[in-house]
Amino acid sequence: MHNGIPILPLCVEDLVYIAGGRRLIDGISAAITGGSRTMILGPNGAGKSLFLRLCHGLLQPASGRVEWVGRRGAGGSEPVRHRQAMVFQHPVVLRRSVVANITYALSARRVPNGRRRQLAEEALERMGLLALAGRQAGVLSGGERQRLALAAAWALRPEVLFLDEPTANLDPAATREVELAIADFHAAGTKIMMTTHDLGQARRLADEVVFLFKGRLLEQTPADEFFCQARSPEARAFVAGELVW
Amino acid sequence: MIAATGTAFRLIVHGDPALLEIVLLSLRVSLSAVAVATFVGLPCGAALALGRFPGRGAVVVALNAMMGLPPVVVGLVVYLMLSRSGPLGVLGILFTPRAMIVAQTVLVTPIIAALSRQVIEDLWEEYREHLQSLGVTTGRAVLTLLWDGRFRLLTTILAGVGRAMAEVGSIIIVGGNIAGVTRTMTTAIALETSRGDLTLAMGLGIILLILTVLINAGAHVAGTIARQPVG
Repeated sequence: MHNGIPILPLCVEDLVYIAGGRRLIDGISAAITGGSRTMILGPNGAGKSLFLRLCHGLLQPASGRVEWVGRRGAGGSEPVRHRQAMVFQHPVVLRRSVVANITYALSARRVPNGRRRQLAEEALERMGLLALAGRQAGVLSGGERQRLALAAAWALRPEVLFLDEPTANLDPAATREVELAIADFHAAGTKIMMTTHDLGQARRLADEVVFLFKGRLLEQTPADEFFCQARSPEARAFVAGELVW
Repeated sequence: MIAATGTAFRLIVHGDPALLEIVLLSLRVSLSAVAVATFVGLPCGAALALGRFPGRGAVVVALNAMMGLPPVVVGLVVYLMLSRSGPLGVLGILFTPRAMIVAQTVLVTPIIAALSRQVIEDLWEEYREHLQSLGVTTGRAVLTLLWDGRFRLLTTILAGVGRAMAEVGSIIIVGGNIAGVTRTMTTAIALETSRGDLTLAMGLGIILLILTVLINAGAHVAGTIARQPVG
């Protein structure tokens, strides 16, 4: 589903992010490879969302590097951001129709005008929103908004999809829809990087777990291993549902 | 008072030419001023909403304070600028409708800039991460915010129209209230009342009130649309 040179793997080196004098991300280094679904776990305040935003480039680190290794030396005029998409905990909908929300995203990514409508409708159909295409996006329910955000991401055909607690505000039925959509992205070859505080969801979706604690990366482990025998005591306590902060 | 009101209504209903001329000039002056103020104020508001630079907070405070500029002071300053010995005296527009447009533009621009800054900043707060994630350029982001905030921005423009229409202090100084040339509704009311000709003053007052109600109704409708999820 992707064209051109892949941007993955992602190499993060000594990442530090400071706000209000506090080191909220404190020296994270990691290599993130393609193909798998990476869940970023950790207690509240561990820096999960910040880490995701730093990787996506929405925040600039105080020091350290975020490097898309696939692009190293390969050049290419297309910004790496254009190969990524992000779905937020509180989906942002523009004050336009549902379909216009997606065609807007496509035009921002310089998709030719003639193709936008078709790509948008295809994406809406996949997320079960085609019937609402002409509706104003502002009247959608929380679950529908999140599916619209996923449909917009789908239309962009990203190589990497970031999801920040995408189901935190959703009921079980809407959560299931989002998880199915994530499975679709994965099947289409999109790299998934997602934060969640729902351990059940993490077990269902994760191939690999990145465990953060107080702004540090304590481990990066295959999912089955993480949930059976995490290496760090903090992660073991976290999996066991104990209070670790 | 009742007799004056009756005569005033007759003037309005019969479309008295003197009255009509005054009303049209008022609209021309105020709407021109608001048009220029919108053209200048909206980009300023947008730049201030999205821009981050040292001293930004002070600029925002100053701009908000300028919403309350006393019209007579603005009139005085514009008068000094445009008077024959002033820096813009060569233009020779003092005591013309243009001078009045200039004065009202000075009054209204801060209102539109300050209010639209708030509207655009609120919307930017909501849209920022999404637009950045899409890789939207700053220029494109501004256009998006102006378009998606259009109903709320319309209320700020109507606030400017209301201010300009009701204002008398600055235009009476720079316009001079010359009959047939620079006489507007507000300056005429001021003059006719002091001269004791209450009929024309009442007629103009009624029209001014009706226009004010219409402008506020328009602002209310725009505001209602803006608050709806579809706005």
